[in-house]
Amino acid sequence: MDRRAFFQQSVPALSPQTMATPSSGLTAFAGPLTDTELYHLLDRCFFGVSRADLAHFKGKTLSAVVSELLNPVAPLPSPPVKEYTPAATTANPDTNIALGSTWVNDNNTDGTVNSLRRASFKKWWMGVLVNQDRSLREKMTLFWHNHFATETTDIGNAQYVYKHHNLLRTRALGNFKSLVKDITLDPAMLVYLNGQLNTSTAPDENYGRELQELFCCGKGPGSQYTEADVKAAARVLTGWRNNATTNSSYFTVSRHDTGNKTFSAFYNNTVITGRNTANGGEQEIDDLLNMIFATNEVALYLCRRLYTWFVYYDIDAQVETNVIQPLAQIFRSNNYNIQPVLQALLSSQHFFDSLSRGCLIKSPIDLVVGLCRECQVVFQPASDYITNYGFYNYLVNWASSMQQNLGDPPDVSGWKAYYQAPQFYQIWINSDTLPKRNQFTDTLVVNGYTFNGKKIQVDGVALVQALPTPRDPNLLLTDLINSLFRFDLTPASKAQLKRDFLLSGQSQDYYWTEAWDLFVSTPSNTANTTLVRNRIRDLIKYLMNLAEYQLA
Amino acid sequence: MKRRDFLEKSLPAGLLLPGLVGGLSFKAIGAESPLSPLFLPTTETDHVLVIIQLNGGNDGLNTVIPLQNFSNYVNARPNIYVPENKVLKLGTAGKAGLHPALSGLHRLYNEGMLQVVQSVGYPTPNFSHFRATDIWMSASESNQVVNSGWAGRYLNYEYPNFPNGYPNTSMRDPLAIQIGSTTSLTLQGPAVSMGMSISNPNSFYNLVNGVQDPAPATPAGKELTYIRTVSQQTQQYATVIKDAATAVPQQVTYPTGNSLADQLKIVARLIKGGLRTRVYMVNFGGFDTHAAQVNATDTATGTHANLLQRVSEAITAFQDDLKFLGVDERVVGMTFSEFGRRIKSNASTGTDHGAAAPLFVFGKNVTGGVTGDTPSFGPSVNVNDNLPFQYDFRSIYATLLNNWLCVDSRDLNQIMLKNFQTLPLVNAGACKKAVNLSGENLISNYPNPFQGNTVITFKTNGGHTLVQIMDTTGRVLVNLTDREYPAGTYTLNFSGGTLPAGVYYARLQNLSVQQVRTMVKVK
Repeated sequence: MDRRAFFQQSVPALSPQTMATPSSGLTAFAGPLTDTELYHLLDRCFFGVSRADLAHFKGKTLSAVVSELLNPVAPLPSPPVKEYTPAATTANPDTNIALGSTWVNDNNTDGTVNSLRRASFKKWWMGVLVNQDRSLREKMTLFWHNHFATETTDIGNAQYVYKHHNLLRTRALGNFKSLVKDITLDPAMLVYLNGQLNTSTAPDENYGRELQELFCCGKGPGSQYTEADVKAAARVLTGWRNNATTNSSYFTVSRHDTGNKTFSAFYNNTVITGRNTANGGEQEIDDLLNMIFATNEVALYLCRRLYTWFVYYDIDAQVETNVIQPLAQIFRSNNYNIQPVLQALLSSQHFFDSLSRGCLIKSPIDLVVGLCRECQVVFQPASDYITNYGFYNYLVNWASSMQQNLGDPPDVSGWKAYYQAPQFYQIWINSDTLPKRNQFTDTLVVNGYTFNGKKIQVDGVALVQALPTPRDPNLLLTDLINSLFRFDLTPASKAQLKRDFLLSGQSQDYYWTEAWDLFVSTPSNTANTTLVRNRIRDLIKYLMNLAEYQLA
Repeated sequence: MKRRDFLEKSLPAGLLLPGLVGGLSFKAIGAESPLSPLFLPTTETDHVLVIIQLNGGNDGLNTVIPLQNFSNYVNARPNIYVPENKVLKLGTAGKAGLHPALSGLHRLYNEGMLQVVQSVGYPTPNFSHFRATDIWMSASESNQVVNSGWAGRYLNYEYPNFPNGYPNTSMRDPLAIQIGSTTSLTLQGPAVSMGMSISNPNSFYNLVNGVQDPAPATPAGKELTYIRTVSQQTQQYATVIKDAATAVPQQVTYPTGNSLADQLKIVARLIKGGLRTRVYMVNFGGFDTHAAQVNATDTATGTHANLLQRVSEAITAFQDDLKFLGVDERVVGMTFSEFGRRIKSNASTGTDHGAAAPLFVFGKNVTGGVTGDTPSFGPSVNVNDNLPFQYDFRSIYATLLNNWLCVDSRDLNQIMLKNFQTLPLVNAGACKKAVNLSGENLISNYPNPFQGNTVITFKTNGGHTLVQIMDTTGRVLVNLTDREYPAGTYTLNFSGGTLPAGVYYARLQNLSVQQVRTMVKVK
């Protein structure tokens, strides 16, 4: 039997009611905001939730929490620094930039230097994720990276890569329509989708197509743009090029198609007047975006994308009617500002519906960054950027081997987990990636990773020590499970875990309590400290190997 | 000088201390008997060791009753002693006997398949369950912390490259299997666990996930089921275990409502099914009998008797099954518990944590009999008095490694960390070592053992590479290298001249790959 056949045979048939989607809508959730609800909300908005995160939000109202998530107060992260040393053979090494200083303002076209800088950018981004602030900024930055997907290796110029990325982060919670315009004129995007090669004599339809298909209208049933519309949009977009000295794009009338562009009935047969002035290119783009954003489809498409990112991928007629359509209405009536949409979604009965919880398969970034944050893995002080970039590189490599290469999604469509029906998130989990996920958590829990003489490792005892009552094995287990899983386990399973891991097969709870108390009072007792450490380590390792840990 | 000769000269000579005087009858065929080759295994790698852990501290004095010292025993335990006329006498001398609930084991004894080793323990015993369990599993000294298990070190010795390149054609099966959700310290190697845990080989779900709650009928339940399904398919050893389990259609009847029997039934099935797994570990709990271990009206019955009965019935059914399946030549089992219990019983018809206790070794190739003196103590014992040990538990391990799992006696020290006597417990037959050079060797050293310097050779796939030296406690002594390398093979010099003699590990970390090399430092 081949793998596929085996797979099909062994997947249990799901009865219709197991596929049921929540019937609730956007009415504000009025239930109590217990730890369970907070974990659910924060897990979807952050990359993993630490105990400190939970404590920070505990006791606040839902509207206060969501408002805080939507309004970042933390300063933007400082840009990536030079932590690499170009080989002696490099033609044009950036010796003018000191180690530890940022390279993002230094023009350098050397291929080797740019390759080192792109790697530096990825490590830095991983560091930003691990040190994320308590807002939606990072989760939305990655959302936009997946939405306006670009690949660093195709862009080449590391300064463009950073500029593009910085645009996504600074505008992560801003206005979608203006973001689309800035993305349209972004040097990295002009390279990636060939906009800089799009001229009146040799039109390149790449960006004109993706602007409609992937960025604004999608391929939903209501999206009726035509091949002629793709061609017409491409003509509107002609004439833009990049200046590698100023790191910005500019318009050249002589490369622009100055004729009128006529669109289909989907766009109400709009005619965009051709211009031949210096700012004509930008005016035509404004016309184009006004036309596109006048359709109902843009808001519907974006709301489906956001729903898939934050809630679940199963958008049936019920979800479409109760959630997507009213959400799209909010989006339109707020002139395409993102915040009111997220505000409504993340405060809704639907979002907190029991059917909406625990069903999001963690992306590799969720898993890798989430483990570090949940377990409060300790990195080096910022001054030791060399070591930290080494650690971040390790995490970038793991996520990449689990099929999510930060900065380099597979293509312009982004990661398949967010669009490929019918599997969606399940694409993250296969016979290659699931063992890697387990290997990753095992390694960080058991051995850690040593770089430059320093180590990152899950300190299980510190994690458990931060729980309210670690001396009680029942409460320890319940609290630990609640912080790592969005599922509760049955009393029988908990009893087995307690017996097998914390009590080493004994039946009396006080054996754990005695060992824990001795550990707290006399940590210098090496034998006891080791046994407490090992039991906690094995328990955490085991929990992270359960399927429950892969879900958020 | 050859490696073996060198090692032998450099280590203290083994103590030969059989300590059998005053013991009971022995079966005629001992470990050194010329008849031993009759028990030659059919293939060179098919000896299996089954370790039964009795969690909680089994009451040794009420398991093997000291008939030779019966009146003092009654004095010490007036409220819980087993009446003499109910004790199942061992041998004609009758110096000791089994609890009446152990009738199955008594039968095995009479058939020459049970060895009772009296008063097994270690110097300066520890009375904490956790710490004592770790001592038994790691085979450490009482005051020493060792971060690996004795069977894990054995498997690391046999399969030094594991897990790199495993499974492979010469070892496609798990090296060790623990029935249950956790893999114990016993099976922990110097860097990675050498064992895997399974609950039920018929259910792929439980191959990895001992704990498995039903998936709810929600979107979350749908995703959970999906991940579990992939997990089953991708479990490295799922197919070989399932194949082994399904290859055995019929077994003898095992007792029901007996979790030890359930576990041993799985073990018998996997052995017969063809797994080349060397070590199995099962456990059975409830022996922490501080109170009410007997029924006051009939002290031969009660909680402890029920536990012993389950142990006896499970082991007997297992032994019968091994015979029925035709694999009884290949299997030896042993029991252990973290400690025995106090000589003097307490007022609540129970016993507190104690020290030395008897241990059972069973199997067709076991030298039947009793090893050691019947425990003796005076007519009035103090509440804190404990039985002194006659045999170090590590002698049992060393014996089974040497005489049953065929480890060369000159290599025992790197597993047991020091020298221990071997005892006449099993008929070894002509032992042949397992093929141990499969897998991908990424790190080695020469010379090994070493006195001053040794050269470490490692292979990296490129990228960040670390080589560090650790001791048996898991402490890192030095990072020999910690930097980027192009892919290739490199050497490093390690100067260990100032280190105390003992076992050290060289650990290679190359991004997600790791491997550990055992190095022996000698004076």
